Amino acid sequence: MNGNIVIIGGGIAGMEAAKALLALGHTPILVEASKELGGHVASWHKLFPDMSSAKDIIDRLRADVRGANAFLGTKVISFNRLADGYSLKLSNGIVVNASAVLVSTGFRLFDATRKEEYGYGVYDHVITNSDLEAWFSGKEDPRVPENVGTVGFVHCVGSRDLKACNGQCSKVCCATAIKQAIEIKERFPYAKVYCFYMDLRLFGKKYEDFYVNAQRDYGIQFIRGRVSEVGETIDGGLQVKAEDTLSGKPLKVRLDLLVLMSGIVRNDSIRELSEMAGLETDSDGFLRSVDNEYSVVESNRPGIFFAGSCTGPKTVPETIAEARSAALSIHTYLSGE
Amino acid sequence: MMDFGFSLSKSSTMDLGKVDDLRFEQLCRLEPGAGICIGCGSCSASCPAGRLSGMSVRKVLLALQRGRSAGEMLQCCMLCGKCTMVCPRGINTRNLILSICKIYD
Repeated sequence: MNGNIVIIGGGIAGMEAAKALLALGHTPILVEASKELGGHVASWHKLFPDMSSAKDIIDRLRADVRGANAFLGTKVISFNRLADGYSLKLSNGIVVNASAVLVSTGFRLFDATRKEEYGYGVYDHVITNSDLEAWFSGKEDPRVPENVGTVGFVHCVGSRDLKACNGQCSKVCCATAIKQAIEIKERFPYAKVYCFYMDLRLFGKKYEDFYVNAQRDYGIQFIRGRVSEVGETIDGGLQVKAEDTLSGKPLKVRLDLLVLMSGIVRNDSIRELSEMAGLETDSDGFLRSVDNEYSVVESNRPGIFFAGSCTGPKTVPETIAEARSAALSIHTYLSGE
Repeated sequence: MMDFGFSLSKSSTMDLGKVDDLRFEQLCRLEPGAGICIGCGSCSASCPAGRLSGMSVRKVLLALQRGRSAGEMLQCCMLCGKCTMVCPRGINTRNLILSICKIYD
């Protein structure tokens, strides 16, 4: 047993775990498929509910994991069981023998073009939550008009949707929609902002305060009803139809910008990885933990651990807590043998 | 005109673009709670007038938010204050009702 630890996925889960393992005296190996560490959070502008800068957190984590060996632009291409660990072959040709492996491969956002009725990629002013974050961060986007008068947010795009093959709640989009609606109001104080929701799931610390602020201080209107169809108006705007289920009446509104809250879906790499490593997937398609109450970071294989949204949608603080928990579990696992 | 025995029905679709925002904003200034209703219905459930008259603070507020008329409903209110007691968002429904009567005659 050589004590090597391989972390697959260099988002916040992988980086936080690497940081904790470094502090415990290990030198983990981070394997990240993209060209840089940071994952989804690196492309986000601010985080709810405190509006902290995502960039600050990523910069701090990147500095904290400098001591780890990171392979960027690298994937795991084969995964073999050894007597006392695993042998991983990486796409850069390197073979690593590891005593423990942490899977922190994260998620991907639902492809909004699949919900054709919302017109993403068809109409000029329909964007997703991640497009809006990029625009908040300063990236130009011709789909966002110079003066925004009316904006709509559609919750649950590709989540809680059996037809889209993702029946689960993505957990973070309700609070993200409220955060983005507030950021829109800060940039366009005179804009009318409507959030179309099925249920508002504001379960976390201070999320409900966030919701009250959005209603009272920013005048954001919440309409309980799923947008059924989007069309383009003759002047290039959008016409959105929904039922206001609280009034029991159909409703329409003309919008300058429509933002689709794409949900969290399983990362495609999970399937390959679960086949290679003999990991089980749960009924929701995400990786299956030993159980979903007490042992969320443990897999069905000895020495393989999970952190973050490879096991299901997670918020940032949940992911960070899981990463630390997984790091401690790995440390205990390695020192126990 | 020839009577064919049928007529056109008026669309029940609400157009949010036609809502009189100024009046609702005025209401929010008089009673800031007007904007934070979550539509739970506890006000209507506890309303002693509601059982007999169909009066519902929730429905009135929602109608005004959507730019529709609240009708005569509030005239049945006895200002007993039970709705203020049960509102989980702490909306001063008594002040809300009086403010609505002031702004929307």
